[in-house]
Amino acid sequence: MNIVVCVKQVPDTATERKLRSDDKTLDRDAADGVVNELDEYAVEEALRLKEAHGGEVTVLSMGPAKATETIRKALAMGADKAVHLHDDALHGSDALGTSYAISQALKKIGFDLVILGSESTDARTGMLAAMLAERLGAPQLTLARKVEVEGTSIRVERITDYGYDKVEASLPAVVSVVEKINEPRYPSFKGIMAAKKKPVETLGVADAEIAGDQVGLANSWSEVVDFAAAPPRAAGTVIKDEGDGGAKAAEFLASKKFI
Amino acid sequence: MSEILVLVEHVDGDVKKVTLELLTLARSLGTPAAVWAGPGYSDAGKARLAEYGAEKIYVANADEIGDYVAAPKAEVLAHLVTERSPAAVFVAATGEGKEIAGRLAIKTDSGVISDAVGVGEGFVAEQSIFGGGVNVHSRVTKGTPIITVRPNSTAPVAAPAAGAEEKVEVALSDAARAARIVERVVQEKGARPELTEAAIVVSGGRGVGSGENFAIIEKLADALGAAVGASRAATDAGWYPHQFQVGQTGKTVSPQLYIAAGISGAIQHRAGMQTSKTIVVINKDAEAPLFEIADFGVVGDLFQVVPQLTEEIEKRK
Ligand SMILES: Cc1cc2nc3c(=O)[nH]c(=O)nc-3n(C[C@H](O)[C@H](O)[C@H](O)COP(=O)(O)OP(=O)(O)OC[C@H]3O[C@@H](n4cnc5c(N)ncnc54)[C@H](O)[C@@H]3O)c2cc1C
Ligand SMILES: Nc1ncnc2c1ncn2[C@@H]1O[C@H](COP(=O)(O)O)[C@@H](O)[C@H]1O
Repeated sequence: MNIVVCVKQVPDTATERKLRSDDKTLDRDAADGVVNELDEYAVEEALRLKEAHGGEVTVLSMGPAKATETIRKALAMGADKAVHLHDDALHGSDALGTSYAISQALKKIGFDLVILGSESTDARTGMLAAMLAERLGAPQLTLARKVEVEGTSIRVERITDYGYDKVEASLPAVVSVVEKINEPRYPSFKGIMAAKKKPVETLGVADAEIAGDQVGLANSWSEVVDFAAAPPRAAGTVIKDEGDGGAKAAEFLASKKFI
Repeated sequence: MSEILVLVEHVDGDVKKVTLELLTLARSLGTPAAVWAGPGYSDAGKARLAEYGAEKIYVANADEIGDYVAAPKAEVLAHLVTERSPAAVFVAATGEGKEIAGRLAIKTDSGVISDAVGVGEGFVAEQSIFGGGVNVHSRVTKGTPIITVRPNSTAPVAAPAAGAEEKVEVALSDAARAARIVERVVQEKGARPELTEAAIVVSGGRGVGSGENFAIIEKLADALGAAVGASRAATDAGWYPHQFQVGQTGKTVSPQLYIAAGISGAIQHRAGMQTSKTIVVINKDAEAPLFEIADFGVVGDLFQVVPQLTEEIEKRK
């Protein structure tokens, strides 16, 4: 089985994240780049499916030069090879542009299964997997907490507002995973060393047959008008329980008219 | 004024509160038209939509629409966008809502804005990003603005309208029938308000210690008429079903009041509750990061503090 995992480099959520004042895009230089957490679960699931069914795992990441660190991490976990979609023309692409560029790269790479995280910590659109399914005409098996493949059939448990749905489809398919699905492995020392030698192919827009007028900030379908730091929350009152903590909390709720 | 399509969220024929919020929001910017996609359409549902301002109700209630993941609803909306050229489309920012909006954007070559907390003149959307640290105004620049709106962003206000029904027949494509839902598994937990819709949410975390102990959290919730939430630590441990998880990979809640007991406040948890209007934190560790965003905090043992709080509330009723 030919599995492609989409992995995104995101600014570390433990650091302060910013938008750039010049073009209002995410400032990727201001913070350390890390693997989007949920994408580690996606890589793990790909590796487990490969271990059970054979095949190959390809990491696909679209992002600036430093996204190679993130690609190496996924390779160190055990993925076989990687494709880095990297071109200045892609800077500032919104969800539509990103999904288009990634879908073009996927067509070039070829796949039986594409696995994504269900959401990135920076953009948080939670849309990319659905958009890829739409663009590729492939079944959308998203928000999965369990994935089973048998021959060319695939079954997932999709989390819902009320519990979960059991969903079935045929390969090729697009899957996104939630963190309930597995426990991602840590790269071993051997894995880290091996990752240095694994092939990483860099694709630009021309290589992936990406039309220039569909990507980049200027061609996006949406724009940031303005932005500002949220006003800090007024400092609250914190008390130590001296046997009347519950009663004090009740007084606070009453003062706010909740009770 | 031109039409704004609002995709109706419904369960068992009942219209969810978020749809009433979206109709209220749509009314401030145009003429709301509800879009019912999927089975279960009823007179009660129709009446509710009309009560909250739907001038029109487009009804695509073929059973088939509910049998597949996301794609059929996107096709129904795409059909209406082409036929009716609405001024905008509003969809609830739920897991599936966002997916439907994403697919619709591609089908109609339109921009999409995710998880707005408000929408103003010219369909300029307000978003709260980076865990609530930055407020952004954004807008769609191509096609029909498609905006997903976070539940609890607007207070629903009734304003009776015609609710004129119009049947919509859409022949689903094969692609829309690719991911078939073979079974729906409902994991219920009592008759409390729905988590994303509740005005008050009481959540428990690892500090609660066991599934049985969640009764303490539930009692406080019931005294307040609140929904119960949980941290990932609590859902992973099996103490509470996962659909009650609040956070990055759980529900995003934005209630008037959020009470957290035995939750440390990891960034992934905060991502799902940071825009709550008032936050109360109960934790025995004074260093717990959630205290940083608390309006009121009690450093203490939740097994003492929570029952006492519940009792005080009952007394004051
Ligand atoms: C990809 C990914 C997605 C995630 N998504 C989510 C998500 O959606 N939601 C989420 O919540 N987390 C999520 N997490 C997990 C998150 O990082 C934290 O691990 C989790 O929120 C911790 O839960 P907790 O606060 O209940 O537990 P802990 O961090 O262990 O905190 C327990 C707290 O309880 C206090 N306590 C203990 N006993 C008592 C007592 N008797 N009285 C009072 N206080 C007490 C302790 O002092 C401590 O502060 C995610 C993580 C990852 C990697
Ligand atoms: N630039 C990118 N390169 C590779 N994968 C991406 C990229 N952006 C998003 N993804 C994938 O899409 C998922 C959802 O992202 P989002 O729609 O931004 O919330 C992520 O978890 C990744 O798996």
